[in-house]
Amino acid sequence: MKLNTKRFIISILIASFFIYSVVIYTVGTRVDKGEKWITEQSRQGKLLFQKKNCIACHQIYGLGGFMGPDLTNVISALGKGPDFAKVILSNGTERMPNYHLSENEIDAFIAFFTYTDKTGISPVKDFNINYNGTVNWKDKNEKGN
Amino acid sequence: MKKEISVYFILFAILALLSGVLIGIIASFQFIIPGFFNIIPFIKCRPLHVSLVIAWIFLVSIGGVYYYLPKYCNVSLYSDKLPKIHLWIFILTGISVITSYLLGIFGGREYWEFPPVLAIPVILSWILFGYNYFKTVFTKKDHWPVYLWMWATGIFFFLFTYIESNLWVFPYFREHLIRDITVQWKSNGSLVGSWNMLIYGTAIFLMDRIKEDDSIAKSRLAFVMYFLGLTNLIFNWAHHIYIVPNAPWVRYIGYGISMTELIILGKLIWNWKKDLTKALQDFHILAVRFIVASDVWILLNLTLSIALSIPAINIFTHGTHLTVAHAMGSTIGINTMILIASCLFLIPDVTKVQFNKLEAKFISIGFWIMNGLLFFFWIALILAGYFKSHLVLQDKLSFQDIMLQIRPYIGVIAFTGIGILGAMLMIFLPPVNMIKNYLIKK
Repeated sequence: MKLNTKRFIISILIASFFIYSVVIYTVGTRVDKGEKWITEQSRQGKLLFQKKNCIACHQIYGLGGFMGPDLTNVISALGKGPDFAKVILSNGTERMPNYHLSENEIDAFIAFFTYTDKTGISPVKDFNINYNGTVNWKDKNEKGN
Repeated sequence: MKKEISVYFILFAILALLSGVLIGIIASFQFIIPGFFNIIPFIKCRPLHVSLVIAWIFLVSIGGVYYYLPKYCNVSLYSDKLPKIHLWIFILTGISVITSYLLGIFGGREYWEFPPVLAIPVILSWILFGYNYFKTVFTKKDHWPVYLWMWATGIFFFLFTYIESNLWVFPYFREHLIRDITVQWKSNGSLVGSWNMLIYGTAIFLMDRIKEDDSIAKSRLAFVMYFLGLTNLIFNWAHHIYIVPNAPWVRYIGYGISMTELIILGKLIWNWKKDLTKALQDFHILAVRFIVASDVWILLNLTLSIALSIPAINIFTHGTHLTVAHAMGSTIGINTMILIASCLFLIPDVTKVQFNKLEAKFISIGFWIMNGLLFFFWIALILAGYFKSHLVLQDKLSFQDIMLQIRPYIGVIAFTGIGILGAMLMIFLPPVNMIKNYLIKK
């Protein structure tokens, strides 16, 4: 392969990387069905979620550790909900330590989980598989928007 | 350049790997026995394990590049001082990262869970590395073999994608969950692709040097595969986030590009018998042995990775241990095998001492135990993932009950982990001893 050909291909790929990045940062991620639920409290809750390193054990959209459950829809899940989440956050469990969170912090967590719940579904349990290997599923949370 | 600096990179790398695996074993037992070794709870063990293992990857790759460039690539290193500064930054940052985890001070981003301020020295060290590397290789007038391109790509893309992974500090990214997760996993996917470039470049370099034949590293096929790998580095990350509701075309592009890996898989299978027969001729060379093992693991993991990239399969496997099987298979089976090969090539080359028969036997036994146990470890993760997926979709059991059902597989993972650590000790004892004797003589 000639040197100029290599240089041409690498230039195209590097340019594609930067262009694609900008596209992802903007139009690729423009829609957020939970946008209405972004509040000062939910912002604070997200930062707390990071500061307490909750992702080491829990998942959001299936991403994170597997010690604890996925929390994307903990607010709307059958048998769970805000009160259930508050009890766990206040006391911990056999596997989760009690972080001695203040009322404000617990409310911030609940506001954050309310927001995550409105953005989509995880895990997806009800779906259709298409002939080309892609998958469709119904977004139950649209009713909340 | 003084050779010792690369030796120190390797020495710290081995220390990081062994500590990282030990912490990983503790973490796996914390899954089975709640409260196990509570001095370092799971919330600290997991980031410690990940950061130490990533440190192993970087230290061996970087130490190798600093040694191989002036010794075998007909160039003088631009600066002999910068590698020393690089190593000091790496170690001081590493100590700060470990301290922050132990004190419970987190940034809370998966795989880079330390506070974002520590990203500054990380970025600085990669700028220094890149500056030294490019100033060195741009003096080379003849055509570069593919591994020089791969190392250059690894450094360049690591720097940019690592900066990208820290964009969350800006509210524009952080406060919009869908954008935040998408950008985070775009960068995480490309970061792995970047260090793979450093590692696979090292593998090609080693085969080139051991066989004293640079025709493969300069062949058209090697460059076609390199550009295909780079295309995947840039675009093939969306399989991590198929269920995240970003624009649908993000998924389609990721799915389409990931299927180009079938070309790599096809090439591997097509040439399998020929390549294996050729490699087995040099199987007595310890470094070659580990590279052959990495080839087997590439075949297994690439098959798994292509399967996981098909949305119709990913919808079942996402958020299960099948993803972990892919991550562990790649990190231990592929990356670590190649990096051990690099250690076993570099250390005797620096010290001018060869492993004696007993040491070679020791490493050889360690090799077979490590690969055998890793296979069971990998299969246990696949089975744990399969059953978790099945039980989640059945929707009859609680999370805790599902975890109880897959506990036997986690047990296999924990116990095989102990064996893998033992095998690693067998492999590393002779080279560490060799380094010790070399440094004492110096």
